[in-house]
Amino acid sequence: MSSYLIKGARPLGGDPTNILIEDGVLTAVGTSVSGGAQVIDADGLIALPGLVDLHTHLREPGREDAETVETGTRAAAKGGWTAVHAMANTDPVADTAGVVEQVWRLGRQYGWVDVRPVGAVTIGLKGERLAELGAMADSAAGVRVFSDDGHCVWDPTLMRRALEYVKAFDGVVAQHAQEPRLTEGAQMHEGVVSAELGLTGWPAVAEEAIIARDVLLAGHVGSRLHVCHVSTAGSVEILRWAKGRGIDVTAEVTPHHLLLTDELVRSYDPVFKVNPPLRTAADVQAVREALADGTIDIVATDHAPHPVEAKDCEWGVAAMGMTGLETALPIVQEAMVDTGLLTWAQVADRMSVAPARIGRVGSQGRPIAAGEPAHLTLVDPAARWECDPAAHTTMGRNSPVRGRTMHGSVVATIYAGRATVLDGKLNEALLEVPL
Amino acid sequence: MRHLLSTADLSRDEAISILDVAGQMAATQRREIKKLPTLRGRTVVNLFYEDSTRTRISFEAAAKRLSADVINFSAKGSSVSKGESLKDTALTLKAMGADAVVVRHPISGAPHRLANAGWIDGTVVNAGDGTHEHPTQALLDAYTLRSRLEQDAPGADLKGRRVAIVGDVLHSRVARSNVRLLTTLGAEVVLVAPPTLLPVGIGDWPCSTSYDLDDVVGGGHGDLDAVMMLRVQRERMNAAFFPSAREYSRRYGLDARRMAKLPEHALVMHPGPMNRGLEITAEAADSPRSTIVEQVANGVAVRMAVLYLLLSGQSEGEGA
Ligand SMILES: [Zn+2]
Repeated sequence: MSSYLIKGARPLGGDPTNILIEDGVLTAVGTSVSGGAQVIDADGLIALPGLVDLHTHLREPGREDAETVETGTRAAAKGGWTAVHAMANTDPVADTAGVVEQVWRLGRQYGWVDVRPVGAVTIGLKGERLAELGAMADSAAGVRVFSDDGHCVWDPTLMRRALEYVKAFDGVVAQHAQEPRLTEGAQMHEGVVSAELGLTGWPAVAEEAIIARDVLLAGHVGSRLHVCHVSTAGSVEILRWAKGRGIDVTAEVTPHHLLLTDELVRSYDPVFKVNPPLRTAADVQAVREALADGTIDIVATDHAPHPVEAKDCEWGVAAMGMTGLETALPIVQEAMVDTGLLTWAQVADRMSVAPARIGRVGSQGRPIAAGEPAHLTLVDPAARWECDPAAHTTMGRNSPVRGRTMHGSVVATIYAGRATVLDGKLNEALLEVPL
Repeated sequence: MRHLLSTADLSRDEAISILDVAGQMAATQRREIKKLPTLRGRTVVNLFYEDSTRTRISFEAAAKRLSADVINFSAKGSSVSKGESLKDTALTLKAMGADAVVVRHPISGAPHRLANAGWIDGTVVNAGDGTHEHPTQALLDAYTLRSRLEQDAPGADLKGRRVAIVGDVLHSRVARSNVRLLTTLGAEVVLVAPPTLLPVGIGDWPCSTSYDLDDVVGGGHGDLDAVMMLRVQRERMNAAFFPSAREYSRRYGLDARRMAKLPEHALVMHPGPMNRGLEITAEAADSPRSTIVEQVANGVAVRMAVLYLLLSGQSEGEGA
């Protein structure tokens, strides 16, 4: 196993210190700590617990033309992640123990991050019959997060049963909140811009109505609910109310919903087409404030790579989704840290500690302290770079922040005691080191 | 002006210069020899992803009377669901050396994409995109209004004129283009529709709205100079936009009774094709105040002006 001495890093943005990593463990943290085979100069860098993404589309099996477990997890490491939850909308759908174990094994085989498969709630994401949730939970993949993401579990009785059923193995249902009848043919946020552009609207109420229903259901049956990609100010109000009532609900926001608005759709460039859609500036402000005050618990990427042709076309036929793994942390820095809304310690909570807790990833999201598993991300907050999708590690070129100046960069990622990224580059030598 | 994608891109002066040139073009069309040599050697492609014989014929006549070579490319039925088709077609047109592409497409923004995605070099003219815009229709409507109300005086705008646009605004590219163009030209616009057929977000549009056609034709928003009736599809009632065709025409149709409440000089307009008996009765459509046939004739002159200004590079200024 490798050993590293990280010199002069600032854990959670605090005072500089040294961190010794040996055999996959943080063996010592302190200003006088020394030793280690390889020194990582971390002067000026922030040390965060390795980032945990609760919402990643790795596309394999079935859409290897868009992304594979290998390319997606390399991109994840590059972006500072040490665990990703691979969404179930693959082909075949991850609705059996066999498929989730396949994805989990691929993750182990490549070894760039911990791949935690998400199991489908319903067979084939069809919203009709429960998938074998218990079998997926008991499989080698140890699934704890269940989601039909891409589709809303619309049937209220089915949603209720799913919420109840997963309690048996401490699972959580992650809902893609979208009332289907209110969003038929929807192309973008319904409001001033959609009215002008003549694009069918995706009204905020279609998200809010489902969240309202689901928090009431979760409260009624005493279950844990997670809300994917919260995008509207109204959703934030409902979540705030639910949490105030003691309902066990958590929520995520994507980097793009923290930064971008529906004004960008005026270009008709499908790179800005995403589900849920980009909302208004007031919504962006509301989700930022909610992330700051904890109403929204975490940032999750909803990384959704697509082949070029799926975006190099007219808006109306383009695929929905944006890449996010390699730009999430810079966007969070720009939108939340550089604006004074979050401290780095809070970033660690929103991007590592809380998502690991929601996903029940026990070994991650841990304190940076002696004796803890060695999953770390080193960030240079002073770095500025231009986002060039062609240079990204993901196969997806559909980055909505193309050409923008990124705030901060990931200098190193340590996963299970091994540097997956060093000097901002993937550590290809890692392939020779068994996990 | 490189492309014509939206009337929102037109300044007042640019819009007036198009109307002025259209007036000159119309004059040439009253001569015995209608054909002008202006665009000889230039190629205009009519790229139609939707059936619209009248719009295509109008553009075709306009281009031919300017001596351009015209290629009609009917892509209807080709798989629009396969998104690459527009791009691939565009690359073909580029290879053919099209100077202008007149595009009609069921997807809002498709002409914008064609003009800006780097797929072609030529000029793009939006001949109607989804529920977004139909700029040449609005230009011919403005031209018709100006020729009737202002004797087509060169340089004139529509200041102080008031136009009601009635019907399915939500799904209407004609309404969107007209609101922008008519207000740019100084007219006031009142949109009249059942609330279901006005888009959420319309509050920012530079016009007023009403749910009450009787009030508007009776002068509730001031004396009208024209009423423009929009085509409404019967199928909309299946999606609960209105309960029945009968109730729609009772509340929002233009009939002789409502027409009688209009000021004497007020015009009755319709972009066509009409649903007689639904949004307009025969008495209204065929009355002397109806400009419906005239609108068709004016369409050729306006499209000649647009092609001429775009392709001969004599438009005022860049960046439109
Ligand atoms: Zn989703």
